[in-house]
Amino acid sequence: MHVPLDLLDDLDLFRRGFFGTVLLTAVSAALSLALGALVAACRVCPVPPVRLVGTVWTALLRNTPVTLLFLVAVFAAARIVGVGHFALAVGALGCHTSAFVGEALCRGVGSVPLGQAEAARSLGMTSWQALRLVVLPQVGRAAVAPIGGLLAALTRNSAIAGAFGVTELFAQQRRLSAIGHDVLGVFVWIAVAYLLLAFVISESFRLLERRLAVAG
Amino acid sequence: MSDSQVSPAPERAVPPPGEPLVVLDGVNKRFGALHVLRDIDLTVARGEVVAVIGPSGSGKSTLCRTINRLETIDSGAITVDGRPLPEEGRELARLRAEVGMVFQSFNLFAHKTVLENVTLGQIKVRRTPREKAERTARALLDRVGVGGQADKYPAQLSGGQQQRVAIARALAMEPKVMLFDEPTSALDPEMVNEVLEVMRQLARDGMTMIVVTHEMGFARSAAHRVVFMADGRIVEQAPPARFFGSPRSERAKDFLSKVLHH
Repeated sequence: MHVPLDLLDDLDLFRRGFFGTVLLTAVSAALSLALGALVAACRVCPVPPVRLVGTVWTALLRNTPVTLLFLVAVFAAARIVGVGHFALAVGALGCHTSAFVGEALCRGVGSVPLGQAEAARSLGMTSWQALRLVVLPQVGRAAVAPIGGLLAALTRNSAIAGAFGVTELFAQQRRLSAIGHDVLGVFVWIAVAYLLLAFVISESFRLLERRLAVAG
Repeated sequence: MSDSQVSPAPERAVPPPGEPLVVLDGVNKRFGALHVLRDIDLTVARGEVVAVIGPSGSGKSTLCRTINRLETIDSGAITVDGRPLPEEGRELARLRAEVGMVFQSFNLFAHKTVLENVTLGQIKVRRTPREKAERTARALLDRVGVGGQADKYPAQLSGGQQQRVAIARALAMEPKVMLFDEPTSALDPEMVNEVLEVMRQLARDGMTMIVVTHEMGFARSAAHRVVFMADGRIVEQAPPARFFGSPRSERAKDFLSKVLHH
């Protein structure tokens, strides 16, 4: 099989798709982390109604296909003027992933023994200090690996946005094929690009995990 | 610190004179239907070492944890150095800083080095400059015999070493009183003595200590007073020689016959 290098002629189209995916993933990831932290905070909150909100959010979004979320977003967008497709895609992807991030953080909270907070408070730390200095760093450590996996999955899920009018990698595949490039060749390059993104994300989280890891 | 008493006296029947430091007055505590503390009255004087012993489930750990309010009480009053325990908040945090606590399961901060474990409270609670906090921490780690482990993480240490670090961490706050909640119960047998030796030294140095323990040898040799609990009550209290030599209550006689093998 020959290496499909003729794509280089339309590199700009490819590049716009690539950076579209990067941007979409990055913004959605930021949203999912912020929302996920909020969801986790709700789920460990001692106030029952707040906890219910977190539980319902998680159950609803974890069990809904992302495609359905995109459909809902587009349907809702028809009523809300001024919200572009990019923002809708970010909303759908971010909300979807936030449920999983919340879950990972909750598991992280569960993995920190109660005695850690007790020891912190026994030293005279306020509840907030105990949370910030002792509990949360350990939650973060436990949640880094699963969250890395979730963000890699988010990159792949972002391809769906292409079907809803966002300029990203997967959408460009159709355009590149349409202007006469070999379909299989385009697929190879698109696949390589996704692979690269996934590799960068997983490697950076592995580094982060190693940095946070406790020896022994 | 080595020029205190010459040797641990076999009988330290008379508590050192001193004003009351920790006072529990009519304390009751329930966990649901379980009445774990019943009308507890206990006064611990400054400089006194009190060993709290008794069968499992007698409420002795709960008693220990009420003194820095890790457990709330349902009725009664607790004062430390004349001040009643405040509600949860900054006031309580301030008081907890003056009450050292050593746990059965060490509870060293897993993500911090040994040195950081001992400096964290000083820096964040006492606002001690880092340099001074580290000097204090290293001196304390030397004192409990783990000075060489300062840069390791807790998981790299043996249980005995971890517990000695935990004692150093509590001492770094310069507490008025130290609470020990079964400090040797989670240790392998060969590590029990290294921890008890640190505690004995602390007792000789005049620290006020409340020690919940199953180590009868320690209670006998290092405590001024033994408090025997059963079913949430203080059944008997006496100087160790009298308690171990001639216990008065049936519960204490029964308990001692089971734990003293010779």
